[in-house]
Amino acid sequence: MAAERRTPSLRRIAAVATKEVRQLARDRLTGGMVLGLPVVQMLLFGYAINFDVRGLDTAVLDQASSSVSRQLLDELQATQVLQLVERVGSERELESRLREGRVAVGVVVPPDVERRLQESTRPVAQLLVDGSQPTLSSVVGTLGAMPLLLRHGARGERGERGREAARRLEVRTLYNPEKRTAVQIVPALIGVILSMTMVLFTAGAIVRERERGNLELLIATPLTPLELMVGKLLPFVVVGLVQASVILLVGHLLFRVPVAGRFVDLYLASLLFIAATLSLGLFVSTLAQTQFQAFQLAFLTMLPSILLSGFMFPFEGMPVVAQRLAEILPLTHFNVMIRGIVLRGATLGDVWPQVAKLAAFFAIMMIVAVARFRKRLD
Amino acid sequence: MNASDTSPAIETRGLTRRFGQATAVDGIDLAIPRGRIYGFLGPNGSGKSTTLRMICGLLRPTSGSARVLGRDVARDAEAIRRRLGYMPQRFSLWDDLTVLENLRFMAQAQGLARPAAARRIDALLDDHALRARASQRAGTMSGGQRQRLALAAATLHEPELLLLDEPTSAVDPQSRRDFWERLFALAHGGTTVLVSTHYMDEAERCHGLAILAEGRLVAEGPPRRLIEQVDAVVFEVEGEASAAAQRPLAGLDWVLGVAQLGTRLHVLAARDAPEPLAGIRARLADAGLALEVVPTPATLEDVFVIATRTRVATTAGPHGR
Repeated sequence: MAAERRTPSLRRIAAVATKEVRQLARDRLTGGMVLGLPVVQMLLFGYAINFDVRGLDTAVLDQASSSVSRQLLDELQATQVLQLVERVGSERELESRLREGRVAVGVVVPPDVERRLQESTRPVAQLLVDGSQPTLSSVVGTLGAMPLLLRHGARGERGERGREAARRLEVRTLYNPEKRTAVQIVPALIGVILSMTMVLFTAGAIVRERERGNLELLIATPLTPLELMVGKLLPFVVVGLVQASVILLVGHLLFRVPVAGRFVDLYLASLLFIAATLSLGLFVSTLAQTQFQAFQLAFLTMLPSILLSGFMFPFEGMPVVAQRLAEILPLTHFNVMIRGIVLRGATLGDVWPQVAKLAAFFAIMMIVAVARFRKRLD
Repeated sequence: MNASDTSPAIETRGLTRRFGQATAVDGIDLAIPRGRIYGFLGPNGSGKSTTLRMICGLLRPTSGSARVLGRDVARDAEAIRRRLGYMPQRFSLWDDLTVLENLRFMAQAQGLARPAAARRIDALLDDHALRARASQRAGTMSGGQRQRLALAAATLHEPELLLLDEPTSAVDPQSRRDFWERLFALAHGGTTVLVSTHYMDEAERCHGLAILAEGRLVAEGPPRRLIEQVDAVVFEVEGEASAAAQRPLAGLDWVLGVAQLGTRLHVLAARDAPEPLAGIRARLADAGLALEVVPTPATLEDVFVIATRTRVATTAGPHGR
């Protein structure tokens, strides 16, 4: 078979691509998914994944019952993180409320709250948090570091120093000053949604021909594996770019996510990521014998992408093994690129290591997929 | 055109294919001449499809070799593929594409230039009575229509060799007759046609025939010669009760096979059997059956029964059944 090497024929690639487009257009469900899936996922992720925690039900044990303690509680309430719903009379009562899950946070204001405010070495008040919910505890944890003492400490000299310290502790949030999750989430969602749809589109590509009995005829033609793979991939590149646009549009309209960088860079980055993900799907397609197997394998590639790419959990906190694995995944690099371009206004040149890694991933996957595809039935 | 044109279209030597423990095709030696219709006759599982697939390079032989159109399949499968047309057993065009779209795709996949492809498709739509259905999706067509489309697609690039794997299995008798007319027209035009079938009447129409059983070539030659040279004497037992005679006659150790054909029974007796006619009559009388027995010319079915029986006998021992 190696006796003849031919240059890929554009006509044959176009023939395969045209066939794919026709079949996609006639498959109403899949065709609908092209637009429907990104919109639905966008809405689900955009609204459901919300790391902004607001209005936590809070019970208060106010042992001071003074004007200072009331002011303190007002200030806590004003953060909107806590919602005071109940006053209790004892610590035991407070703990039982937490245990029963009727409140998420308990606040204990000690009787000597005024003196504690002056001293600033001892905590002013105590926040009891339901630690079984990780995001909750971390949010309330930051609340504990909040410069609460500020206005109260302004009276004395020690208070002045306290104010200085508080200023130094102040956290400035760059690029997302309002700390809205949507702004961080939406750009990353382009990658997450694309890696879900793209792999699925191509994972079935070869297997479907096999299952429907078309493969036997297809491989008896002079079509080369490369022509077949490229022809199968091309239409979905366009589909991917359409989906990326839908996600950006919905993100812009619903979640007011601004795009700081240039659209050219954004689309080129997306194009690269789409090609990489599609080639992964083609590879999956050469492994599977049935469409069902292909879809299972596709899901197998999606989970690590979503979990390890830094979309859900911070990359830095992962064990080394997980980081190494994440380094292979296209989504990890795409997230870096896309956050840079959309939020910080970076150019493709600024993120060239990621560009190189995605290009390498695409090339390797295509080579493996083409090499694995045999024009034989055995 | 050149010297290779006089060489056989297909030549196999010891062609063998195993799947794990099972041997699907077992040492087949064949020489199939050009420009003829050649048939593979055999029951399901006899190795017809596997042999066809090895000939078009879709399966690699476990051992042995095949030369197709003067080239070795193992080395030049790609070059051979462009000169042969293949119609798999299962309808393999795309159900969700129309007749025209399917033909256009196949023409492009075969690398036909655009104007040539358009002319060829135009001619094929007429030849195969598909013009009225040009924009109909293949999935909505009848078995006969799909088969015509599949044949049109397989002959788009005017291949020198056409391989057809049980092409008429999902087709009504009229469509089958029309289909064979087309095959003869193709052969007349110089195309070599290799067709597998399990229909006797189709096998009888072939110029040459190979009978396969359990992966082996058990008989080979023109159908007429196979019939003339059948290694048995054939008698016909006729009458309403002929079915009842099957068991007693099969018990005779010189009877090679008994086949029911409507109200008739074909009894195949070994050539060296002494007085087979008398023997059959005596047996029928013993069984209390008053039936007519006359010598009759052999049919292809008789050839098939004898050929496949011999194969069984060699594995099960002499006179084994």
